[in-house]
Amino acid sequence: MSSIGTGYDLSASTFSPDGRVFQVEYAMKAVENSSTAIGIRCKDGVVFGVEKLVLSKLYEQGSNKRIFNVDRHVGMAVAGLLADARSLSEVAREEASNFRSNYGHNIPLKHLSERVAMYVHAYTLYSAVRPFGCSFILGSYDQDDGPQLYMVDPSGISYGYWGCAIGKAKQAAKTEIEKLQVRILLEPSLRQGKILLNCLICVCYCYQQMKDMTCRELVKEVAKIIYIVHDEVKDKSFELELSWVGEVTNGKHELVPKDVREEAEKYAKDSLEEEDDSDEDNM
Amino acid sequence: KMLDDSLEPGWLSEEVKTGTTIIAIEFDGGVVLGSDSRVSAGETVVNRVMNKLSLLHDKIYCALSGSAADAQTIAEMVNYQLDVHSIEVGEDPQVRSAATLVKNISYKYKEELSAHLIVAGWDKRGGGQVYVTLNGLLSRQPFAVGGSGSSYVYGFVDAEYRKAMSKEDCQQFVVNTLSLAMSRDGSSGGVAYLVTIDEKGAEEKCILGNELPTFYDQ
Repeated sequence: MSSIGTGYDLSASTFSPDGRVFQVEYAMKAVENSSTAIGIRCKDGVVFGVEKLVLSKLYEQGSNKRIFNVDRHVGMAVAGLLADARSLSEVAREEASNFRSNYGHNIPLKHLSERVAMYVHAYTLYSAVRPFGCSFILGSYDQDDGPQLYMVDPSGISYGYWGCAIGKAKQAAKTEIEKLQVRILLEPSLRQGKILLNCLICVCYCYQQMKDMTCRELVKEVAKIIYIVHDEVKDKSFELELSWVGEVTNGKHELVPKDVREEAEKYAKDSLEEEDDSDEDNM
Repeated sequence: KMLDDSLEPGWLSEEVKTGTTIIAIEFDGGVVLGSDSRVSAGETVVNRVMNKLSLLHDKIYCALSGSAADAQTIAEMVNYQLDVHSIEVGEDPQVRSAATLVKNISYKYKEELSAHLIVAGWDKRGGGQVYVTLNGLLSRQPFAVGGSGSSYVYGFVDAEYRKAMSKEDCQQFVVNTLSLAMSRDGSSGGVAYLVTIDEKGAEEKCILGNELPTFYDQ
């Protein structure tokens, strides 16, 4: 899918004849090279999951975090050049802090994402600077506005989402997230292949929408999605970074507690094994 | 007090102050603001019908007291800032935002300015709210009084205030308070202005001097 700019791609201040700014597109490629990050909104909060690839066994566990805190109530998960992302997290923090100082209350997430997006966009206008090579997902929870999720990409646009994914496996992750929307829970009797009395097969379909899930349920699903999209062949080990903000944390964004994370990882690993097993049965 | 030997009237030399009585009170679903209408320069009344209840936004008003110029300027600046802010965030501003903007100006320039604004209004998150911004502090209160006339009515408001008063009770409370203050404070007088703000909007009312309630009067 790579298209060569041939002379129109040397600076962000140049359009190509077919109306593209190649530097911005190249910046988005930098994001696609990074490992996956996802954010999903549920009934009472937002959960972030990041597949943090561990490049060296010598790294301290928990270093090079890819989920940041921007003000008390906002979390930011990033993909792309980590240094660019860190710089933008500082920008976001300043925006949130100035807003609170001027207006006396928490910055609404839509406004924050628009302000940071405007900043990112500014770097796509001039030849003297390069665009930011990172995308990020912002999420927050508020009593009145409920859970909110926004994504900003290197072109400087911000989108509101129910669930979104960025990074190398974003397509696969998006498919998994869409599956969460309609999840069919079959009656246990049917799953075991039992036929009920009167030869009637009772099938009970339970549609559980993503929007009706609580944070605790969603954390497990997010962990599962990251495990699913992780490519065991190409990439080696990874650390799963999970964070949430919602009613369960009283509106404060924080990394999930150790026991919740372990439970989620266990669920994710078990689900993967189950799917492997069921594949074997079909053979 | 010096004897006035000068042949010039006071309004040529004295600073123009809104001597004032101002009051604001919350009720469930809104607020009522009230003020008198006298503007004095020394002993001269330079305006006897000034409306000291200034609009900051559709459902947020402020009551002005202290130096007339300082108070009006702060109100105009905050009105502008709130206009921009509400368009940026895409919804009506919170009363707390308006009060914080007023507070920031009052605090930053507290040495140069001499004005006290009481900010009151309605927003969908917090309902009716009253904020005091005297000297650059920010404090939310169920009701607040301010201006030179307020000293004469602290006892009255403390005794008469009850929690969970209805809108009409609040309006009567405000009118009574203003009337008492205006009759005792030399720098307050004229007519009483009332503004009632709730979910539906702001309603302005003017009560003429002869329609105000009368109390003990020789």
